[in-house]
Amino acid sequence: MFKYADSHEWVKVEGKVATIGISEYAAEHLGDVIFAELPAVGKSFKKGDKLVDLESVKAVAEVFAPVGGKVVEVNGDVEANAGVINEAPQAAGWIVKLEMSDPSELDGLMDEDAYHKFLSAQH
Amino acid sequence: MSGLKRTPLYEMHIKYGGMMVDFGGWELPVRYKGKGDLEEHRAVRERVGVFDVSHMGEIRVKGPDALKFVDHLVTNDIAKAEQNQVTYAMMCYPNGGVVDDLLVYKLSDEEMFLVVNASNSDKDYAWVSEQAKGFNVRVANESPDWAEVAVQGPKAQELVQRLTEYNLDELKFFYCKQAVRIDGAECLISRTGYTGEDGFEIYIRPEGAVNVWESVLKAGEDFGVSPCGLGSRDSLRFEACLPLYGHELSPDITPLQASLGFFVKLDKEGFIGKEALVHQKEAGLGRRMVGIELIDRGIPRNGYKVLSPEGAEIGWVTSGLPSPTLGKNLAMAQVSTDYAKAGTEVAVSIRDKALKAMVVKTPFYKKAYKKS
Repeated sequence: MFKYADSHEWVKVEGKVATIGISEYAAEHLGDVIFAELPAVGKSFKKGDKLVDLESVKAVAEVFAPVGGKVVEVNGDVEANAGVINEAPQAAGWIVKLEMSDPSELDGLMDEDAYHKFLSAQH
Repeated sequence: MSGLKRTPLYEMHIKYGGMMVDFGGWELPVRYKGKGDLEEHRAVRERVGVFDVSHMGEIRVKGPDALKFVDHLVTNDIAKAEQNQVTYAMMCYPNGGVVDDLLVYKLSDEEMFLVVNASNSDKDYAWVSEQAKGFNVRVANESPDWAEVAVQGPKAQELVQRLTEYNLDELKFFYCKQAVRIDGAECLISRTGYTGEDGFEIYIRPEGAVNVWESVLKAGEDFGVSPCGLGSRDSLRFEACLPLYGHELSPDITPLQASLGFFVKLDKEGFIGKEALVHQKEAGLGRRMVGIELIDRGIPRNGYKVLSPEGAEIGWVTSGLPSPTLGKNLAMAQVSTDYAKAGTEVAVSIRDKALKAMVVKTPFYKKAYKKS
């Protein structure tokens, strides 16, 4: 089950580990991602910290940590070919995995329904 | 997106999956679903693409003084242009800063058709009208009266030829032809563009735009024609180092500083801004536009600082992106003339890191145009 931040990141949780990526909506709007500047494994982030820079042809987009935690894994496929973010933003195009410092931060995120309502309200 | 202006092709963008964005008050597609910036860019470099550029502004100057007036208004020499020749030029303020860059269509000595940037259209019309005082001309803002479709790429001629009886071989680079029928609709057509490829810009009445758009896409099916959005328009013009107003040109950047001196004829009789530009040329430009290639891994973007190898600020990036055709991270930048020579080592500050870069020759991408 995906949860979403209003800055268009998604989170999927297994135990204490949160997998993070950008939503299909965000990927569509960003255009072709050329490369991703990923954080080092072991680095800690607070909720709302900038986690990653995604460079597309058109612009650079910041990805913020939807929850706080320590990086336990980065997606090597994304590092090798950032275009995978456009192909499958909510599957193979995941970006990092964080070991959450405070799982209660998940409560502040939107579920699928709430996120879709949020998107419709943007137009 | 309420309050935004729409072109006569709005429904076509929706039909083809355009991702609509606010572009200077216009609702236009940045790219099309299922394609994207890179694919649209490639389509134009390798095959052919079609752009809705109906948002561009059109101003008609008509009257006995039309030639005299436009030569007073712009930096390039319109007197030397032939009838039906199209001239790229800039309008300057008296201090040499740029009001806008534009195309001048010399339909005759008594009639000029000026094509200006959408975002400057109202400002330009006011400026042109104001400067026209004392000249025997009539200035008309025709922006709402024209839709415009650009067909660009190596297959552009073959494609458009399928839609007209007019022999496009007769239309030379940067010339225009009036009253050409494109799939039945009367158009003004020019061999011009903003992509660095051969191609055409077709001006049509708004009510005829949808038909021309659909005809172009249909006639180009076997060429792999693609509708193209603002994203690829920007990356294509960038590779060819064609300036974008607000980036490479502004009230604070003169044409000489923009390295567009070729389009400024300081030897012609007075034009607005001439004195300031003559003075600037003598006194030294201070800074000017150069091309920059990143050596370290990083993408320079508009507004990023350009540094000397020692870390001193020497200018700023005006446009930058990962070049889809060349596979390099490139920028156009305003830098101190001390660092403007190709081969000079510089740095670009990207997220507080000074990344190594080098001044390189422009344009980044050059293609042989049809000249005869």
